[in-house]
Amino acid sequence: MAEKHVMQYQTVHFNLNGKDVERTVDVRASLTDMLRNDFRMTSVKKGCEVGECGACNVLIDGEAFNSCIYLAVWAEGKHIRTLEGLLGPNGELSDIQQAFAEEAAIQCGFCTPGFILTAVEILESGKEYTDAELRKLLSGHLCRCTGYENILRAVKKTMYRRLGKPMPEA
Amino acid sequence: MYDMKALYQAKSVADAVSLRTAHPEAQIIAGGSDVLVQMREGKRAGAELISIYGLDELRGVSLEEDGTLRIGSLTSFSHITRDPLIQKYMNVLGEAVDQVGGPQIRNIGTIGGNTCNGVTSADSASTLMAYDAIVELTGPDGVRRTPIREFYIRAGQVDIRPGEIQTAILIPKESYENTFGHYIKYAMRSAMDIATLGTSVNVRLSADKQTVERARVAFGVAGPVPLRAETAETLAAGQPVSMDLADRFARAVKEDIHPRDSWRAAKDFRMHIAVESARRAFVEAVKLAGGDL
Repeated sequence: MAEKHVMQYQTVHFNLNGKDVERTVDVRASLTDMLRNDFRMTSVKKGCEVGECGACNVLIDGEAFNSCIYLAVWAEGKHIRTLEGLLGPNGELSDIQQAFAEEAAIQCGFCTPGFILTAVEILESGKEYTDAELRKLLSGHLCRCTGYENILRAVKKTMYRRLGKPMPEA
Repeated sequence: MYDMKALYQAKSVADAVSLRTAHPEAQIIAGGSDVLVQMREGKRAGAELISIYGLDELRGVSLEEDGTLRIGSLTSFSHITRDPLIQKYMNVLGEAVDQVGGPQIRNIGTIGGNTCNGVTSADSASTLMAYDAIVELTGPDGVRRTPIREFYIRAGQVDIRPGEIQTAILIPKESYENTFGHYIKYAMRSAMDIATLGTSVNVRLSADKQTVERARVAFGVAGPVPLRAETAETLAAGQPVSMDLADRFARAVKEDIHPRDSWRAAKDFRMHIAVESARRAFVEAVKLAGGDL
């Protein structure tokens, strides 16, 4: 006997890029679905949708999460940041975005928002990491265009700038 | 959208237990990095889910009065690695779970989910096995504690009874006191990969660091569930620390393991790396314990 599915909706309250918001969502939605469809946060990319590529990465309470394997209703009470939240009031690029541009760490750009948000988590720790540590910290993202060297250099450069130290010669 | 029939969100452990009783067919979801991925693949299409992700009381590491290390089941891998109590008493567990997936997976994945999915390759499993961890389950009749060796029944199946949820992993003081461990994950990639073999060794040395008082070794992917190699453990107990002992200890693990052929690796290859990993992990654990060999 076919069972009738009852649609379930729930109102979720959270902070998105510094602003308190609320939305009534289908409980079956992923956080990617809600951020893209309900808030037009199109920097949150739909890549693999199984938590492998990192294109949908967002910061939740300061930690990096793949929003494709995170239920939208889990956002309740959380502080969520997307790439859109990094821009200045007049659309100015943040230091890490600028560094990605300078180092040609972007080609098609699909992996970029995810990478940059992981970079933000790394930079906000205020710690100085070795290249090996940075590679491990960035390992949850796939880039199919530029490769990883330029991305690593952009993150490293910004890390040293923020620490107020000169970047060691390679 | 995930293809689920219904989502029930538990508001407390007691609420989770009553939801489990009311919806016996429903799948529990903690961090979701297994369940939601399986759902995407269509394996759990149309399932009902009970989400326990919101239960903050199941997060964090603490020390109980008798010295038992208590790890809440929803503690994420990254929080375990960064936890001061873990770093002080059981650093090997923090190192092991720091090799799960990638950074974002370690932020969402929980130690409870890693054990409840009953997978032999779980990076936490061999270390928990090697430390004689106790699994705490809460159900309609209250709290039940079971040794992790009995918790694993067979591949993909663990001893969670109707109405129960796992609420903590406990490490007895006797397991971690003066004990130092090392974990080796053998995989094809350094990130986003599943272990071909996982090896966790821990040792306790005598006060003069000359004798192995106790050695424990457990493997993941050397059988359908994580398992201990007791022949090697018995062989090493009470023996003087030496490279020769490391070699004999490593060779003895073959008595108790039974890896299989899979697309990931051949049985013979797993046997080979089990011996080599046991040797290296033993040497490293002895060094961490202050031994010289």
